[in-house]
Formats: sequence, structure tokens, C-alpha cells
Amino acid sequence: MEEFDGEPTVTWIPGLNSQKKQMCFDWGPGEMLVCETSFNKKGKSEMVAGCPFIHIIRKDIDVYSKILRKLFNESHGIFVGLQRIEEELTGKSRKAQLVRVSKNYRSVIRACMEEMHQFAVADKDSASGRQFSSQVSILSAMELIWNLCEILFIEVAPAGPLLLYLLDWVRLHVCEVDTLSADVLGSENPSKHESFWNLPGNTQTLTELELRWQHWHEECERHLQDGTFASDPRLESLCKVLLGDDAALLEQKELLSNWYHFLVARLLYSQPTVKPMDLHLYAQSSLDLFLGGESSPEPLDNILMAAFEFDIHQVIKECSIALSNWWFVAHLTDLLDHCKLLQSHNLYFGSNMREFLLLEYASGLFAHHSLWQLGVDYCDHCPELGRVSLELHIERIPLTTEQKALKVLRVCEQRQMTEQVRSICKILAMKAVRNNRLGSALSWSIRAKDAAFATLVSDRFLRDYCERGCFSDLDLIDNLGPAMMLSDRLTFLGKYREFHRLYGEKRFVDAASLLLSLMTSQIAPRSFWMTLLTDALPLLEQKQVIFSAEQTYELLRCLEDLTSGRPLCAEPDAQQLQEDDIETTKVEMLRLALARNLARSIIKEGSLEGS
Amino acid sequence: MEEIYAKFVSQKISKTRWRPLPPGSLQTAETFATGSWDNEENYVSLWSIGDFGNLDSDGGFEGDHQLLCGIKHHGDVMDLQFFDQERIVAASSTGCVTIFLHHPNNRTLSVSQQWTAAHYHTGPGSPSCSNAPCTGVVCNSPEIVTVGEDGRINLFRADHKEAVRTIDNADSSTLHAVTFLRTPEILTVNSIGQLKIWDFRQQGNEPTQILSLTGDRVPLHCVDRHPNQQHVVATGGQDGMLSIWDVRQGTMPVSLLKAHEAEMWEVHFHPSNPDHLFTCSEDGSLWHWDASTDGPEKSLLFHQGGRNSTFLSHSISNQANVHQSLISSWLSTDPAKDRIEITSLLPNRTLSVNSLDVLGPCLVCGTDAEAIYVTRQLFS
Repeated sequence: MEEFDGEPTVTWIPGLNSQKKQMCFDWGPGEMLVCETSFNKKGKSEMVAGCPFIHIIRKDIDVYSKILRKLFNESHGIFVGLQRIEEELTGKSRKAQLVRVSKNYRSVIRACMEEMHQFAVADKDSASGRQFSSQVSILSAMELIWNLCEILFIEVAPAGPLLLYLLDWVRLHVCEVDTLSADVLGSENPSKHESFWNLPGNTQTLTELELRWQHWHEECERHLQDGTFASDPRLESLCKVLLGDDAALLEQKELLSNWYHFLVARLLYSQPTVKPMDLHLYAQSSLDLFLGGESSPEPLDNILMAAFEFDIHQVIKECSIALSNWWFVAHLTDLLDHCKLLQSHNLYFGSNMREFLLLEYASGLFAHHSLWQLGVDYCDHCPELGRVSLELHIERIPLTTEQKALKVLRVCEQRQMTEQVRSICKILAMKAVRNNRLGSALSWSIRAKDAAFATLVSDRFLRDYCERGCFSDLDLIDNLGPAMMLSDRLTFLGKYREFHRLYGEKRFVDAASLLLSLMTSQIAPRSFWMTLLTDALPLLEQKQVIFSAEQTYELLRCLEDLTSGRPLCAEPDAQQLQEDDIETTKVEMLRLALARNLARSIIKEGSLEGS
Repeated sequence: MEEIYAKFVSQKISKTRWRPLPPGSLQTAETFATGSWDNEENYVSLWSIGDFGNLDSDGGFEGDHQLLCGIKHHGDVMDLQFFDQERIVAASSTGCVTIFLHHPNNRTLSVSQQWTAAHYHTGPGSPSCSNAPCTGVVCNSPEIVTVGEDGRINLFRADHKEAVRTIDNADSSTLHAVTFLRTPEILTVNSIGQLKIWDFRQQGNEPTQILSLTGDRVPLHCVDRHPNQQHVVATGGQDGMLSIWDVRQGTMPVSLLKAHEAEMWEVHFHPSNPDHLFTCSEDGSLWHWDASTDGPEKSLLFHQGGRNSTFLSHSISNQANVHQSLISSWLSTDPAKDRIEITSLLPNRTLSVNSLDVLGPCLVCGTDAEAIYVTRQLFS
């Protein structure tokens, strides 16, 4: 078991008496349930009043922020777009595209930050205003880190342009100080300064740049030693600053808000052609000099330092610890993975770092009542464990309306998750049956191609018919269409209804043969045969002969099948006797009718005229 | 189709509707209403796209839509319709139908009337009372017709506390949408692929006509009637298929057009240019179907202020038969002659587009990616 990187935080749950009582808990998809048990701690037998509530504990409150939701939605679009263009990218354009994606992410963070800033300003004195302010600073830190990662890992700026990028980076984040420092630091030798930097990186080679800078630097030094600025101490210290003198720079500490500003200023004046590999040396010394032993580095400082040391894994690890939400590390890691910067760093759980972080983020989304749709796409792009994770999450989404259920089903069907489709359709069909919405139940079973459930629904219809003597929901049964083939029982239902229709239209011969075929083809359930035979009675009693002799023999055989299979009860009670009575009367009537019909049909078929 | 503005609004949008313009007005659409779903707190909101003349506080551009006011709504907003200029009817997943009133002066919305148990599986009388979501609502002032998952049709009148007429168990499956045909007649679509026409003048609880799809009984999710020809109806199904029906003739659709890859959530004929049809779907796309004729007549048509284009049917150029000129271009069944131009309006694939509405040159739609898209140049 790995050791902890930090102390686990303790959260007190109001209302629970953890001193006296033992607690129990259970994990859910994104939440935890905690409650008091009736067991006392330390075996004391005193009865203490317990807390009657079950507490639901959620870890990720950021997910519920209204403004952060925009961040989640917009970055989801960028994420999906990145996965889609990934296959097409090669060579030079690839790097440019990846930088563009990185800038998109950053602009989304900035937009979110600005909106939150306005809420913070509008609400300055309240608790929520303070919360907004702290969120703004967290977002600002995230953008700072991301920007640095973009420069070092994605843009992979070489020596020369590297400093320009770092200058922009610092300027972007320390803008209010920049105006002051520009005045103080940039006033002397402006022309040489500007013309020096007014060149794009590729018109001059690095050595040319170094030579020119060296030349300028020597000129500055000469001025200092000649005492050109001796008259004005401010100008003299300015000259020292331009020479990159650490002490002089540190004197302006208040203008340099933090150590990385100090670092970039140092590099600007002493090492403008610094190589990326050497950055960490200057970074470490800048940090030490700036803090001066008075304070210790904060988490943000450690993260930036890890970035300067090109230790990507350390950056991600520190960010995971420092930030309360997986959003940042998940998206950054995914982008860096596309830059092919992460070796398959295998964790002892999960598969690889990118997938682990993406799935953690997705789990947070699934725990949200609304953002689960975003989580689906993240799972899709995790080749090893994404599908399994999705299968587990998707079944636990609460389905309050049919429309939401349809969306969930569509997600499952698009990914061929047939098990989940069946189980969701079964739940919905059961609910429909309970609410007496048999048409809906049938439509769900058709969607899931669930023959067993279709049989259940048909049985329900048939039972209703037997109880009431007529069909409910004729609009459904009359219009089953090809769905009728889904289950035998359903086919029977449709055909039986057709029989009734034929009878109503007085097409007796067709009705009769249909009725017979229903019994002989074994589609009709055994329990229904009696009803069918009883339905045959009016046909047998008609003036004209409807059933042929052959058909009458068939009917007789069915009747014999039915009556012979009847078990004898040991001790029939009054109710049973009465039922048996009715049964026997029916059977007798049938036998009589069949016999009479047989006679008539034999005569009719035997006589010369035929008809 | 030039510019389409997108804005992320931190709630999944289930319905968007333009506020109707006063009759005879020359303005373009300015205000639209949205309903959200799947939130712990859902909202019915009003937005404005009026020109502000300068950048607003958000730094948004002119034409970017701004929130005017909103009100909490209990349950998902399943359907939304403007009853008149100031009132909006919302159908809820709790089975409740609410009329919201907009006060333009103090810019608020308030509840004007509510029918709380419009749709239910078992009634308030029984011990296991359970509500059913109300899935569709349509207004024709002063009447409101609602349908729900309980297969029930209600006819309400504003300011009447109880329903004027209720048809219980009108359907054994879920009714997904409803529209008016001629005024006393409505048409509903259900989840077993049937269209049913109901006449409120008749006393019974049976539909006057049932039409259904051939083949598989795919559930139908949306329906819209041609603005001028009241017998032409378009429906969208769960398989993304667009069907055009002529309710006077036969019981099967006139044409079936393979459209989207997933459920079609809404279909709309353009109210003033009915040769244009719009559909949106779960697959994240919004399509513009243009069945108007190609050639010089088309541009002439729009210069004339969008006059009804049903007279310019394809057949008229070939046949002198006057009768033919009244056939809507949607009902022509000759695929060789009639080409329908289909354009996808959204720039990127997104999550499901749940709803759209068109009025004049303006279109608004809402998605599950919590974004609202607006364009004011539909026909450029």
C-alpha cells in the first residue's frame, strides 16, 4: 500500500455523535451514506439518544456550481473535438493544432474566470462573494499552470523564443504590476531594447542573437563602470537591473509580485537565450532568493517548479492533490498524452494515468443529476476500462420521464450495450404494466426485442378479456403490425382479435377456419382452449353448416385433449364443485353441439348438390 | 445561413419558443422563452435578442441573447407554448400544467394559473396516487389541449378551474405530441406509431380516424401541421424518419424521408414560408429542408416578402392543369422531379438538439450541451 502524500482531511458530520456511537457507511456511485448504528463505543451499555437521519455525503461540490458548468460543457466540446481530429493529424500541423486546442481550453478557463469575477465584485461582502473570489484565484492558478505547460510541453519552445513566451506568460498573469515595472525597468535604452526584441524567432539564429546581446550587455557594463549614472542612484540601480544584477532586482521586490516574475526578469537581463533544460536551475535559485528563507513554498510554487524541471508526472500528481476537482488534471493529461509525452506509466490500479484521471472525472459527472451526458463521451474515449465503467454507471441513472429514458437507451444502443437496453426496457415495461399502460409496455418490449415480456403483456390482455368479456385497447391490438411476430402469445392475441372482427363482419367460414387453426397450430395457450371452444358454440348453432366434417373431428379431438388432461381433485370444496359443475355443463353442451354439427355436415357433404 | 450565435447557459434546454408577434406587425422576432430539464431546479426563462447598440456587461456581442427573467418550475419542462403575447403555458413532468404571466414593466414572470393533477396514472382519490408526465401542450386561445404519458387528453380553458373536457384512456400508450387540425379537431401521435384525430364536438371517447405507419410501429415523437393546408401533417419518429401525411387520403403516410440517425424531437413548418421545414434530433443536428423550386422564381418569391409558395409547385411548370397548382410541394411523390435541398445548420456536432422554433428570418434552438443557438439570417 502506498504511503499517503498528505494527511487525509477530517470532515465532521453535524448531528452524529461519533464519540459515543459507532457509525456505519456505504459507498455509492458518487456519494457515501453514513448513519449511526445502535452499537455504543467502548462497550458502554448506557442508552444514548441516537440521530435518526441517514446522511448523504458528496465529495465534489464544484460540479454543482452554475458558472463552472459552463466550463464543463465547453471543455467537453473541446475534448471530443480533440479526440476526433487526433487520427488525422501528422507532422508540423499536428503541433499547431494541439497548441490551438490548448489555447481553446485556456480561453474557456479565462471566460469562466471573468464571469465569476463579476459575480465576486457584485457580491463583495457576503460569504458567497468571498467564495467566488477564492474560486477566481483557483481558476487563475489553473490557467497559470496550464499556460506554462503549454509553453514547455506542447509548444516546446526552443531557446530564444522560450523567453518571449515566458515574458508573455508573466505579463498575462501579473498585468497590473507590468505597467509599473515597464516604466521603471524599461525607460533607459529603449531604442536598443525594442529593436533587439522586435524580431521573430526565425530571422536570426540563436548565436547571432547571443552575440548581439553579449555586445549590448558589455556596453551596459561599461556604462556602469565608467560611472555614467553615478549622479543619480536610481539610474544606477536601473543600470544594474539591466545587467541582471540579482541584488538590484531583489530591491524591487514589491514590484515583482512573485518568484516566477523575478525569474523571468532575471532571465531577461542575464540569460535571454536560456535553454529549456537549464530553466530549473534558475527557477530553483529564483525561488530561494525571492522567498529568502522567510516563507516556505506553497503548493502552486511546487507545481510550477515541477514544470520547470520537466517532470510531468510530478506536475499532475501535485495538481491532483491541490485541486478539489478532477477537471484540470483529466483534461491536461489527456492533451499531454496526445502530445505523446506520457509513457505508459502503469499504475497498480486502473490501466494508465490518462484513463484513470478521465474515468475519475467522468464518475464525478455521473454523480451529477444533469451532467451525466457529458460523462458518456469521456468513457467512450477510454479504450480499456471506459466501456465497463459506462455500463455500470448508465444503469444507475434515475429515469423520471420517458424522454430521459429514451436518451439513455439511445446511448446504450449506439454502443451495442444490449444487456443494459434489455434491463432498462424491462424496468420501464414493468412500470407501465403496473400503471395499466399496456400499449406502452408493449412498445418497450418491442424496443428491447423482449419476447418474454411481450408474452406477459399479451397474457394480461387475455386475462382482461376473460374478466370483462371485451377487449380493452383495441387501437393497439388491431394495429400490431409486424410486431405481432415478436412472441407467440402476441401473435395469438392479434389473430384472436381478428377472429372477433371476422365474426362481427359475419364472415363465418373464415372465422371458423381461423379459430380452428388457432387451436391446431398450438399457438393458443392451453388455458384458453375452453374459451375458444365456447366461442365456437354460436358458430355450431347457426342454421347453415359452417364447420366441415373434417373440422368438426378436429374440434372433437381438441375437446378430448382438454378434458382428458384434467386432474381429479382430492377434496373438492363448494366453490370447486360449483366450478366443476359449470365446466361439465359447458363440456356437455359442446359435445352436443359438435355431435349435431357432425351429423349435419356429413349429410351435407354426402348429398349430391354440395354447395 | 450566415451567423449563428451560441451561448452556454448552465442548464439543459428542453424547449425554446419565439414569442409571437402582434398580427400585422412588421418587426422581427425579439423575445424567446426557454424551459430547462433534468436539473434539481428547473426554470422557465425569457430571453431577448434585441440590439443593444453597444457591448453589454458580459462583453457579449450585439445580437447575443440576454436573459430577461426567469421563474422556477417544478419538474422538467416537457413542453412550452405561448398562449398569447404575455402568457406562456408550460407542461411539467409532474403532470402539472401552468400558465405563466410576463409582466413587462417589472420584468418578472409569475404563475397565473395552474392545473396540478392534469395527468396522473392513479387519481388523487386512490391511496397510491402517482402523477404522470404531461408530454405535449398546444394552444389556440382560449383553449389549451394537453396530452401525457397516461394516455389522457385534456381540454382546458384559461380561467376555468377544471378541465372543460377530458378523454381518459384515449390511448393505451404514451401520447407524445398534439396539434390542432381545424379548430375543433386535434391530432395526436403516440409511441406505437399511430396518428389519431379527435373531434371535440363528438361525445364519445373514440378517435374519428386512426392513421399508422406501415411496417414497424416506430414511436412518433413530434408533429406539425402545414400552416396553410390543414390536411398536410409532418411527423418525426424514433428512428429519425420524417413522414408527410395527407389526412384526407388513406391511412398511411404519403412520403417517408430518411433523415436523422436518432430520435427526431421536433419538426416545424416555417409559418410564413411553408416550403421550408426544420427538424432537430438526438443525434445533435438541426436540418433545414428546402422544398421550394430552384431557379429564378425562388429569388423573386423572397423579394415579394415571402409570399406563400405553395402555388409554385413543381408540377405547374410542366402541366397546365390548374388543379395541380394547389398540391403542396411536400405531397408530390415524384422523386426525380422534386429535389429537396437539405442543409445542416449547426456548425459542430453537439449533444442532442432538443427543440427549435422559427419565426420570420429567425431561428432559435436549445441543446443538451446547455447551449442556446440563435440566428437572425435564416434565408440569406
